[in-house]
Amino acid sequence: MKQFWKSMLRSPSGVIGLIILLLAISVAVFGPMLFPNSPWRMVQRPFLPPFTLSTVPLGTDALGRDVFAGMIFGARVSLLVGLVSTLVALIVGVPIGAMAGYFGGKVDDALMRFTEFFQTIPSFALAIVLVAILQPSIYSIVASIAVVSWPPVARLVRGEVLSLRTREYVQAAVVTGQSNSWIILREILPNALSPVIVLASLMVATAILLESSLSFLGLGDPNLISWGYMVGAGRTVIRQAWWITVFPGVAILISVLGLNLIGEGLNDALNPRLSREGR
Amino acid sequence: MLSFVAQRVVKGVIVLLAIVVLNFFLIRLAPGDPAVVMAGEAGASDQVFVKQLKEKFGLDKPLPEQLFIYVKGVVTLDLGFSFRQQAPVAKLIGERLPATLLLTLTAFAISLALGILFGTFAARFAGTFLDTGITVFALIFYAMPIFWVALMGILLFSVTFDWLPSFGYDTVGGNYTGLAHAIDVGKHLIMPAMTLGLFFMATYTRMTRASMLEVKRLDFVKTARAKGLSDAVIQRRHVLRNALLPVVTLAGVHSGTLIGGAVITETVFAWPGIGRLMYDALLQRDYNLLLGVFVICSAMVLIFNLITDLVYRLVDPRIEFAS
Repeated sequence: MKQFWKSMLRSPSGVIGLIILLLAISVAVFGPMLFPNSPWRMVQRPFLPPFTLSTVPLGTDALGRDVFAGMIFGARVSLLVGLVSTLVALIVGVPIGAMAGYFGGKVDDALMRFTEFFQTIPSFALAIVLVAILQPSIYSIVASIAVVSWPPVARLVRGEVLSLRTREYVQAAVVTGQSNSWIILREILPNALSPVIVLASLMVATAILLESSLSFLGLGDPNLISWGYMVGAGRTVIRQAWWITVFPGVAILISVLGLNLIGEGLNDALNPRLSREGR
Repeated sequence: MLSFVAQRVVKGVIVLLAIVVLNFFLIRLAPGDPAVVMAGEAGASDQVFVKQLKEKFGLDKPLPEQLFIYVKGVVTLDLGFSFRQQAPVAKLIGERLPATLLLTLTAFAISLALGILFGTFAARFAGTFLDTGITVFALIFYAMPIFWVALMGILLFSVTFDWLPSFGYDTVGGNYTGLAHAIDVGKHLIMPAMTLGLFFMATYTRMTRASMLEVKRLDFVKTARAKGLSDAVIQRRHVLRNALLPVVTLAGVHSGTLIGGAVITETVFAWPGIGRLMYDALLQRDYNLLLGVFVICSAMVLIFNLITDLVYRLVDPRIEFAS
């Protein structure tokens, strides 16, 4: 663990990514307490340019709502959706991949055909269809992002399990009569964890992009403000008020960039051999 | 080779059928009567039409029979009727498909060409200022949401500089013909295609760079160098050619994302393709049209995957067609 942090902190992208993530998390957690302006309430005249009033630092949108407040509350939605949908995708993908890799044969064939099927379907189009049909809400958004993002997890875990299954310590566990689930959970999966962690960090980034795209198209949760919704709402007035679309977009860009950098840092720290090859 | 293609086509058709079946159940996931859902939102549909739909799809018959009727319809390219647009879904999609193909293929070509170019440069000058610059830009482009890139493009090139049109396929009322029309469409195409291509360009840049650096250290490159081949020849004929293999694979994997990006790009730029059609269907809750577009998108991805598979096998003779 100590070794891990040491190598993580040695990779510049990992450090920058961690700083960005910590910043984003603290904005999401503490921001709404420090800036209690509701993102839905009219606080000033519409189209107030940014940097004119210190109480509304980033100006107001077409309805006189505080852009800065929207950015802060939007951080909650983005991070929450990103983390939870990735978690759900892991909960679906890891067991499928583990079973396919461990049992092999027909089980493997069936599960992998199933996975490939989901991988072939254009993911964003499927997410749109799912959210539209299930009606937009934070639950349907999380569910549809999870549905389109679990296949790579399953494939990755399968590959890892496949190579670990033949190792001697696993064979030893089989010989001592341990149950299959015990072997998978206690012997194999812990050793397959590091590439999964790297993938998960990148998945959170993709999930944030997906959520913002859905919200941009008007498929966001109508009760929650999100960055994608703000850009979508500011789109029609972009000629008069650039700031309504620019700032939330920058927020998305920075969060996604931060998570991608963390993914790279984790990759360097957890798979040092792989990262050497990349240089 | 032929048997390989046949095999892949059969597999693709099976997947497509599975998607159609998925579609069938998705319609039934929507709240309310499937006939009403197909007709558009409850308020917009009239009783006669709903009754017609019920009869046509046999919605009072048992589920398996309904499924059979639905699949039969899709196989004969009958994707249903859009009540909102008062036209068959297949016709609506057919009209819009060329614009989407133009957009996605242009974006794909731009992103692949520029991505490979920048990636090669970055690898060639690894560790230098140029490499760092390219890598940083690729990271940033990789993290930008497409809809935002589109809007920033409009803000910069349409609003501020007034260089490029911000929406549409051609100038309304321009009445251009022949070459003038092509140039007009081209002008409208630049920004959407660049927007859509930027993310993929970043991906291909990173991939090409990493892949070239990996291939560079392999023994056959040392051999080539020992034979006294010039650096340019080694880079082009030995390193790049091998380094492109994973890039081709990635391009195939990305076809679905490309279509998804087209939905967003077409929406922002009012580009009259099936992505825009999907957005319109979404706004009007025109589920029949929405699911029709979804099936066609999936079919496009399958075809694209088949093509990349073939290209892969042509580029890499080590892979045999028979498998």
